[in-house]
Amino acid sequence: MSVPSCQLFDQTKEECGVMQSPLVDFSYVGIDAILEQMRRKAMKQGFELNIMVVGQSGLGKSTLMNTLFKSKVSRKSVLATSQEKIPKTIEIKSISHDIEEKGVRMKLTVIDTPGFGDQINNENCWQPIMKFINDQYEAYLQEEININRKKRIPDSRVHCCIYFIPPTGHCLRPLDVEFMKRLSKVVNIVPVIAKADTLTLEERDFFKKKIREELRSNGIDVYPQKEFDEDAEDRMINEKIREMIPFAVVGSDQEYQVNGRRLLGRKTKWGTIEVENIAHCEFAYLRDLLIRTHMQNIKDITSSIHYEMYRVRRLNESNTAVTQANGIPEHHLSAHEM
Amino acid sequence: MVEDEGEGARAVPLSGHVGFDSMPDQLVNKSVNHGFCFNILCVGETGLGKSTLMDTLFNTKFEGEPTQHNQPGVTLKSNTYELQESNVRLKLTMVNTVGFGDQINKEDSYKSIVEFIDAQFEAYLQEELKIKRTLHSYHDTRIHACLYFIAPTGHSLKSLDLVTMKKLDSKVNIIPIIAKSDAISKSELAKFKIKITSELVSNGVQIYQFPTDDESVAEINSTMNSHLPFAVVGSTEEVKIGNKMVKARQYPWGTVQVENENHCDFVKLREMLIRVNMEDLREQTHTRHYELYRRCKLEEMGFKDTDPDSKPFSLQETYEAKRNEFMGELQKKEEEMRQMFVQRVKEKEAELKEAEKELHEKFDRLKKLHQDEKKKLEEKKKALDDEVNTFKQKKTAAELLLNQAQQAGGSTTLKRDKERKKDQSVEGKRGHRLD
Repeated sequence: MSVPSCQLFDQTKEECGVMQSPLVDFSYVGIDAILEQMRRKAMKQGFELNIMVVGQSGLGKSTLMNTLFKSKVSRKSVLATSQEKIPKTIEIKSISHDIEEKGVRMKLTVIDTPGFGDQINNENCWQPIMKFINDQYEAYLQEEININRKKRIPDSRVHCCIYFIPPTGHCLRPLDVEFMKRLSKVVNIVPVIAKADTLTLEERDFFKKKIREELRSNGIDVYPQKEFDEDAEDRMINEKIREMIPFAVVGSDQEYQVNGRRLLGRKTKWGTIEVENIAHCEFAYLRDLLIRTHMQNIKDITSSIHYEMYRVRRLNESNTAVTQANGIPEHHLSAHEM
Repeated sequence: MVEDEGEGARAVPLSGHVGFDSMPDQLVNKSVNHGFCFNILCVGETGLGKSTLMDTLFNTKFEGEPTQHNQPGVTLKSNTYELQESNVRLKLTMVNTVGFGDQINKEDSYKSIVEFIDAQFEAYLQEELKIKRTLHSYHDTRIHACLYFIAPTGHSLKSLDLVTMKKLDSKVNIIPIIAKSDAISKSELAKFKIKITSELVSNGVQIYQFPTDDESVAEINSTMNSHLPFAVVGSTEEVKIGNKMVKARQYPWGTVQVENENHCDFVKLREMLIRVNMEDLREQTHTRHYELYRRCKLEEMGFKDTDPDSKPFSLQETYEAKRNEFMGELQKKEEEMRQMFVQRVKEKEAELKEAEKELHEKFDRLKKLHQDEKKKLEEKKKALDDEVNTFKQKKTAAELLLNQAQQAGGSTTLKRDKERKKDQSVEGKRGHRLD
């Protein structure tokens, strides 16, 4: 059954906004006012976003974060370290910031992984990172299964992991493949080609194609994952994105004068690379994907798919361990899902 | 090694437009695609105009005929409808109490309502506790708002109302409304409202308060809070007033316009219920009422957050312990049942044996009886035979005497000879026969 909105009174609707003058509106019920109510609630609560950056040192991770969020959000900007020392083991450092734009408040947490891929022997360097991600899921699960729960469970789960591929121009390295293979199963991975200003456009296209092939042949599902497309419209939008990944990005937090405008860029002797110019690099696409269009979707996939998978695994693993210890035959348990 | 630098986030200014101000839009778009759910429970006596009010509120004719007054108990009937306005799809579920207030003994009237509300919470809890769950596509049936219809007596709340509302106030958002309020005059109405509010307060009934923490709606909400309970009139019929068709009820002495704020509080109810606070009602249901239910239920099942040594219990361990306990109980019950079965079989067997024995005895008795009878009969027969023999002998003896007498007499006629012969032959025959 549909409730037609009487067209005669449309102008009154616009004038009064949410509340209607009673004698004038006719068949308008006001159900769509819930959108406004939801928006108000969201603005009041604020949003949370947790991004992890992974890649060898020197690939411009911190700069890219600063560029994305147009502020000093990276670890390096926060801690005054005079010299950059490559740590002996992988560390995981997370810093949170409160940022606000047009009344919308966001708690942004940037998780840095210095030391990744920097050792001589990089075996199992993904382990501390996987452990960190799983620890966040665990923390959320513990909060969720409490009897006395908080009104709003603080969300520290990693929503998105930006993986920096060095611009070799050839193909993915074994480390890249290993890392992405494992982590794409627990978190949304967005691969980017770092410091893309060292590649010409042809080299870039070739490199991207090669990378896409390798991702496909290794069965690595990066964001946006094909299986989570909700409908035809989604698929169309996401296919366009999938044809462009990995984004070739350049980061900069310095402004230069270009054509009378102050723009973020990198100035070299042979020209200035404009970060936000899509003819120069694909930073704008990355920013749009992560922040302007797909942020909610990234968070949804994290909570309804990755987290749920973790939860299923976690709740199942102790079951089998205990039942084997107790000698209770498996078929007794099939009737109860708990 | 994980380090969390910067305990508590620092505020950082932005030097340009980043673009995350689109987040509320992204969130709203996702919800629009998903659709919304809203569930209203209408509690009130039969004939207070619940269905009509729902029709008026949502501007449609929901199906259903008026219910009879002779229900033996209170049942809840729920109907789900899909409404759409511009791009918003709403799955509206309306639950009606059928037969509320019709019974002679109304002590248990509230029970079926409480059970229904609890059942919805339970369904959600079960889904939430499942290992493989689909919470984001789950059709939420928890009651978001309970409209309690108060009869327009003009005096005070009925005791049934007080008892029911007291039982429901910790489980659902209660919005009390005075039904069919065109039966009360304005002055009486003011007094009635004050009486109701004071009775609710003195009995500690927590009705839903419109939220006043958000500045944009704080003012209107607090004004509306003071108008509770809303005095409403419902009507789906339209009457021409001036040059417009308005929803109204027409009487010989005048017309009550539903959407006229001077006539009744219908507009206020619609504003508050739908246009301003629908989201808050849903949120309160989830974060307050449902959490309370969940906490009580889990504690009842024996889960705790920390054990006596203040070490957090893991839910799985408790699940396992519970499951083992449950299994053990099941096995014990199974044993008991088996024992009982064996016992019963034994008893039955004994009974049957008894019956068999009895039958045998009866058979023996009857047989003996039969033999006795037979013997008696044979004796009788023998006696009879003896008698017959004795008679025969006597007869033979008598005839012999007769013969001798005749021979001595000499004039035995031939006839007598013949008779004698005849008799002898007859006797012979009889003798043969008897032998």
